[in-house]
Amino acid sequence: MTGWSDATIWLIIVALGMGTFTIRFSFLGLLGNRALPEWMLRHLRYTAVAILPALVTPMVLWPNATGGQTDPARLTAAILALAVGYWTKNAIATIATGLAALFALQALGI
Amino acid sequence: MASSTSAYFRGIRAALPFLLVVAPFGMLFGVVGTEAGLNLAQVMGFSVVIIAGAAQFTAVQLMQEQAPTLIVLASALAVNLRMAMYAASLAPHLGPAPGWQRILIAYFNVDGTYALSHMEYEEKPSMTLPEKVGFYMGTATVICFPWYVATWIGAVLGASIPAGLSIDFAVPVAFMSFFAPALRTLPHVAAAGTAILLTVLLQWVPYSLWILLAGAGGMIVGAELERRMAK
Repeated sequence: MTGWSDATIWLIIVALGMGTFTIRFSFLGLLGNRALPEWMLRHLRYTAVAILPALVTPMVLWPNATGGQTDPARLTAAILALAVGYWTKNAIATIATGLAALFALQALGI
Repeated sequence: MASSTSAYFRGIRAALPFLLVVAPFGMLFGVVGTEAGLNLAQVMGFSVVIIAGAAQFTAVQLMQEQAPTLIVLASALAVNLRMAMYAASLAPHLGPAPGWQRILIAYFNVDGTYALSHMEYEEKPSMTLPEKVGFYMGTATVICFPWYVATWIGAVLGASIPAGLSIDFAVPVAFMSFFAPALRTLPHVAAAGTAILLTVLLQWVPYSLWILLAGAGGMIVGAELERRMAK
């Protein structure tokens, strides 16, 4: 990789691996059996439905594949996938809808 | 069959559809990493040692932009900070597990294993600890191991994957399939809506820290709405 020595690349890999493991172990490793307070549990119930949409939004609105330009096909397919996922509560249906919709829209030249 | 074994196979079944996503997502990382100039061992190092797709893409992208090493590390770890929340959210269920199991659980804590397992634990509160661990390991078997293989295939096949396939889109669709089915109540929807809005408003925040800010904002709105609705 241009501008990066092999040693630096491995340093990044190992540092990210150790940092990521520490993050993943954190509460799970330290808390063990101890119960968390109710207010904290209430917030943690919303972790997935808050963090994942945050992560997804820029990928849908400004995809790298189109150089950050909003792509009507990707945006439409994403909204359809989200709607189907919400109504069916089915992960496969969500994925199938998103991919099929993008494929269909691109085939139509949108 | 022991109940933990049958829970393990239920975890495998629950995660199977995600092979459709893990495969293209992992291959995409293999392709992108190789095209960025990483050798095969380095690309595999990312997927085996870090095993976190979004952070891997973030790191490689910043390295291509010649960002300073510290910024590469801080940004990729910021993307992964959500996993501390996943760990805390799993702690009431898996915290009592033996230390060596918690080490494995931590290593395999990715969006898919977390989201599927947590959904299962909420739906079936009567599950025992060995059943919960079994289910988790079932999801990890399907989501994490193919991740390595898919990365390898992507790195080896590299540019021979047609560009017109838009496999990049597998990534957001995968993440959507992790949270859309979990939007069961009004507070869930409000949390997701708030997070999306804050993400758009906070894009100027450096080092991908907007992920945590928008996520925390969504969690606060969801929890507060739940508290008020329970009154």
